[in-house]
Formats: sequence, structure tokens, C-alpha cells
Amino acid sequence: MNTLDALDADSLRDDIPSFRPGDTVKVHVRVIEGNRSRIQVFQGVVIRRQGGGIRETFTVRKVSFGVGVERTFPVHTPVVEKIEVITRGDVRRAKLYYLRELRGKAAKIKEKRETVAR
Amino acid sequence: MASTFRGLLGEKLGMTQVFDENNRLVPVTVVKAGPCVVTQVRTPEVDGYSAVQLGFGEIDPRKVNRPEGGHFTKAGVTPRRHLVELRTSDAGNYTVGQELTTEVFDGVAKVDVIGTSKGKGTAGVMKRHGFKGLGAGHGTHRKHRAPGSIGGASTPGRVFKGLRMAGRMGAVKTTTLSLNVHKVDAERGLLLIKGAIPGPKGGLVLVRSAVKGGPVGSDDK
Repeated sequence: MNTLDALDADSLRDDIPSFRPGDTVKVHVRVIEGNRSRIQVFQGVVIRRQGGGIRETFTVRKVSFGVGVERTFPVHTPVVEKIEVITRGDVRRAKLYYLRELRGKAAKIKEKRETVAR
Repeated sequence: MASTFRGLLGEKLGMTQVFDENNRLVPVTVVKAGPCVVTQVRTPEVDGYSAVQLGFGEIDPRKVNRPEGGHFTKAGVTPRRHLVELRTSDAGNYTVGQELTTEVFDGVAKVDVIGTSKGKGTAGVMKRHGFKGLGAGHGTHRKHRAPGSIGGASTPGRVFKGLRMAGRMGAVKTTTLSLNVHKVDAERGLLLIKGAIPGPKGGLVLVRSAVKGGPVGSDDK
């Protein structure tokens, strides 16, 4: 155990579902405009998770009006209202940077089959 | 320059990140400050200046020599490992034997941190003084990180004093001024200071209310 783990524990969230690169998620982001706040949903594919503990971040990529958009969030940020996992992706690597080069159907990620038929 | 200061000795625990009230990540250094004990109060009448002497840190009483031990006995406190004097004009408000904790920083927005920087050993001029070195290509021969010329030839016939050269770097007293206090955790005796402070983890630091930016506790600091 590291010295500052007890301090970091105050900032860590325990309501984050488990998700990994390849999963499609809906990130509910709190947006503050002036003095009122609303929720904005950012839906896309998780292309990386990086770092550990309070430093951990993840990046969600989506294609919006033909333009690729990527947003990186700290996993434990209070800005995120909640994270919904839509589908589990079947991918073979941890960093899905190859998706940036692909368009349309090629950029689609196969869905993971929950139970392996034997 | 403000003349009243508040300060504590502490141990640097390391750096981490916390979220502030605007949900932004803030890089903070965590200092375990105090508890410190007042071992002596310096007054202008007796000593010619006013200051408080703070003691901090555990020490095996058998390791304290007689002169130091006598000093602690006189103050009526158990021996401490480190002693430091904090110059402040309100030293009269302190009493010998008084325990100080992080509560002294209530209402203090900015602090200076004084510590001993990490030692770097023998370092070249690029690392030590920020020289640019010589070229990477164009025929530079094994001299890429060298200082270049260090002066003239027969006039002046010597190298000027104080010329910046390679040598021991770091492990000197360093002060970082006007750092924001992110949070005072009185329960655990922790100070969360925004930004980096001198020294290694576990190093001794003196945290003192900032010299610059008005008197202690004013809004502009």
C-alpha cells in the first residue's frame, strides 16, 4: 500500500461499471452553462484505458457527422454523472488506435459472445 | 513584506491529484505537517529579534546529547529531531511547550515551502545551468553537451571567477514561493498544496505563510 492511497480513496468512485477497450459506452457528462447544469450524453467506443488509481483515464471515440471525435475523461471525475455500457466488444488489443484509420463498416467492432459454446 | 508569519515543519509525503469544486483536476503535494512544539520564544528584549522556535519529529531520547537535551528540558518537552526558527513579529502570542497543528493554517491561502532539493550529484552544464550545448551534427566531435569556450587566451590569461561550469547540483536549501493551499486536512494533519515543492518524499520541509501578497489571512493571498 502506498502512502497516499488513503487520501486518494476519498476521490475514488465506486459506482463505475467495469468496461474495457472495445466496449460501446454512453457517458453522461454534466455540462454547466452559466448557472444551470444539464446532462450531455457522449456515446462511442472506448479506445483506451490508461493509468491507474485516481490518475486513470479512458478515451471514447465516436464519428459525428463524418468527423471523428475523441473525448478523454478521468475515470473518477465527478463531471461524469454515470457510465452506461451498451455492448461489450470483442477486440484483441488494449489500444484501438487502428479504428482511426477505418471508416464505416470496417470500423465496426464485433460484439463479444458472453458464453463460449463448446 | 508581511511581518507576521505562521508556519509548521512537516514531511513531504508525495504528489497526487484531487478534484476541486469545479470538478477540475488539481495536482497537489501532500505534506504531513506537525504536530510541532514551541521550544523557545525569541523576544527583542532578550535576543534582539522576535521569533518562535519549533521542534518536530520523533527521536530516541538516548540519541540526544546533553546540550540539546538540556534545551528541551528547559522548555519542558520531549526531545524532537528537528528545530527551526520562524521569524514573526507576533512571537509574543506563543508560549513555550505549546503544540501546533495544521490549524495554524486556517485562513491562509498561500504558503512558501522551504526544503532541501533532491541531490543530482555531479551534473554537466546543460543540466546544471541550462546551457544549450554544441550542435548535434555538422562535424561536432564528441562535444555535444560541452560548455564551449570558457574565456579568452593570453588576455585575460585566466578563467574568470564564478564562471558557470559542471559540478555538484541539488541538495541545497530551496524556497518555493506563493503556492496555493488547496486543502487543510486537520483530522489527518495533512496539507494539500497545489504544485510541486522541493525535496524527496520523506524530506523535511518548512511550510510558512507566504512572504509576498499582503499580511497573513488577507484575501489577496
